Amino acid sequence: MSHVPHPRPCGDFRTSYSDDTSLFRTRFEGWSIYAGIAALLVAPLFLNDYYISQMLMIGIFAIAALGLNVLVGFTGQISLGHSAFFGFGAFASAWINNTTGLPVFICIPLAGILTTAVGMIFGIPAARLKGLYLAIATLASQFILQDFFARADWFSGGSSGSLAETVNFLGIELDTDQKYFYLVLFWVIVSFLAVSNLRRSRDGRALVAVRDHYLSAEIMGINLTRYRILSFGVSSFFAGLGGALYGHYLGYVSVEGFTILLSIQFLAMIIIGGLGSVTGSLLGTIFIMLLPQFMEEAASAMAVVFPAMEQGKAYIKEMSVGAVIILFLIFEPEGLIHRWRMIRASWKLYPFSH
Amino acid sequence: MNWDLLFQLLINGLIVGMLYGVVAMCFVLIYKSTQVVNFAQGEFLVLGAWVCWFFIMKMQLPFVLAFLFAMAFMTIFGIIVQMVVLRPLIGEPIISVIMVTIGLSIFMQALMNWMFGNSAERFPAVFGENTVSIGGLQVETAYLMSLVLSVLVMGLFYYFFKFSRYGLAMRATAYNQQVAQSLGISVKQVFSMAWAISALVSCIAGVVLGLVNAVSNSLAIIGIKVFPAVIVGGLDSIIGAVVGGVIIGVLENMAEFVDGQFLHIGNMYTVAPFYVLIIILMIRPYGLFGTKDIERI
Repeated sequence: MSHVPHPRPCGDFRTSYSDDTSLFRTRFEGWSIYAGIAALLVAPLFLNDYYISQMLMIGIFAIAALGLNVLVGFTGQISLGHSAFFGFGAFASAWINNTTGLPVFICIPLAGILTTAVGMIFGIPAARLKGLYLAIATLASQFILQDFFARADWFSGGSSGSLAETVNFLGIELDTDQKYFYLVLFWVIVSFLAVSNLRRSRDGRALVAVRDHYLSAEIMGINLTRYRILSFGVSSFFAGLGGALYGHYLGYVSVEGFTILLSIQFLAMIIIGGLGSVTGSLLGTIFIMLLPQFMEEAASAMAVVFPAMEQGKAYIKEMSVGAVIILFLIFEPEGLIHRWRMIRASWKLYPFSH
Repeated sequence: MNWDLLFQLLINGLIVGMLYGVVAMCFVLIYKSTQVVNFAQGEFLVLGAWVCWFFIMKMQLPFVLAFLFAMAFMTIFGIIVQMVVLRPLIGEPIISVIMVTIGLSIFMQALMNWMFGNSAERFPAVFGENTVSIGGLQVETAYLMSLVLSVLVMGLFYYFFKFSRYGLAMRATAYNQQVAQSLGISVKQVFSMAWAISALVSCIAGVVLGLVNAVSNSLAIIGIKVFPAVIVGGLDSIIGAVVGGVIIGVLENMAEFVDGQFLHIGNMYTVAPFYVLIIILMIRPYGLFGTKDIERI
């Protein structure tokens, strides 16, 4: 997607296919990611609850945003119903746990698989539709699923919502944020690794081919229907997984949380982060999750001068989401990851910026 | 069977459907001439209603004057939105264009919540009589006015596109932008005009809805209801938009009736149009009157 060259260290020539599709582009990149994971592993020992819960939420939403990025960024399909699948995962995990009594840590991936099935059903229109028509079809699925949650008492508890048990892993009750953090971290690493690997596999390349030119892709022997529905399935799996983690974290799942506004926020995350970029999904999620707090601070600071700002805080936060979507699309349509690559390139190429 | 209720709902559906048709026309107008899907159509409508309400209640203007001012305001607003937000995105992929109007709709929704509050506000009584008797049937004046205005707007649209010079320019641009430009039509102007007309007509629909119910930000849901209407009618057909609007208006009221009388599922009023939407998309995605997309390699 981006046209900025990725400057590599001198002498780093890729002489085989396996080099070209390596997971980490340079050894330094690999080590910094390992170091990052190690830092996150010890983080709960040092950080207070507030930071941990923030990181936890970012992790949960990043999983779902990553799923959406597979659909939108890799395959070029549009979904305005992602939060419905996120919600479905949350309800499904609580439902499996409450009806069958299976341990919660098994229910979470099971909920992901169940959501995959639902996502594939709602992905069937994608076999024939594209662009705008698909966007509208997924909009309809958002409303239909939302209506289903509000009505299906047996599944979601209807308007009263359903309770989600805390996770008990081999006798350890994950009841504090610090303990739950490790569970989320585990799934974040698994998801990001899975999608990075998907990107460099045959199926991943097929998805990108469908995005770039679907007619050529079909002529080259890629089954469009299959890959479009597959990408809906993959994206729903991560949505369901994130949703299940979200539900068990809050302990209570209710219908109101999964509106179209959340779907739009997911889209905002991947657009701001960078469509089709795995790292971008994470960057965008961090940006969107921290934005309201930043705006809160900014509004409080402004309130010293303009007292009207104080009562408008809640609205300013909402407006900022809309505003950043517009601003990013106008000024940086390729997202934060593109900005980061530019910065890196200018460092590497200094003092010759071109 | 409750025939009176059925009849009442049918009339309701027809009147609401005409309004959907008007909003759907605005939507189709923008889509046809600028290839932009306006997810903020509902917010345009609510903003128009709020501005009119503001002129009446806060500035103490008479209704007609306030209505005219609101229309002027929305026309300018439409042009500004087109110039500032959408012009930089010409030629970008469809997801960017969709997302930018979604961003606009979130922004406007929050701004209106802030400026005008979350509660519904009534317009002052504009008509002396509340109901008029037509052929023994009591019809609310506001409903009658909405019907008359809808038909009037549709007539004006027809006249504009069929006989006026600018209408011809817009049709030419919708047909083929490059050819239109080479014949000396200013495509920029046409784009601005499409947004201006769309915002203006949305404002009319918003004020009418405000008179019928009350002004509140939840009216923006009409902007979502428009999608089933335009898909049923065909995305690029103005006649289709009107027909689709009426079909959806009647359909949701019929769904309400069938549900209330026999099924007792609840909430069919909001969801039924979306089931229809999915079915139409599966079997006939170009709608009743739309042009079928043929792709050649």
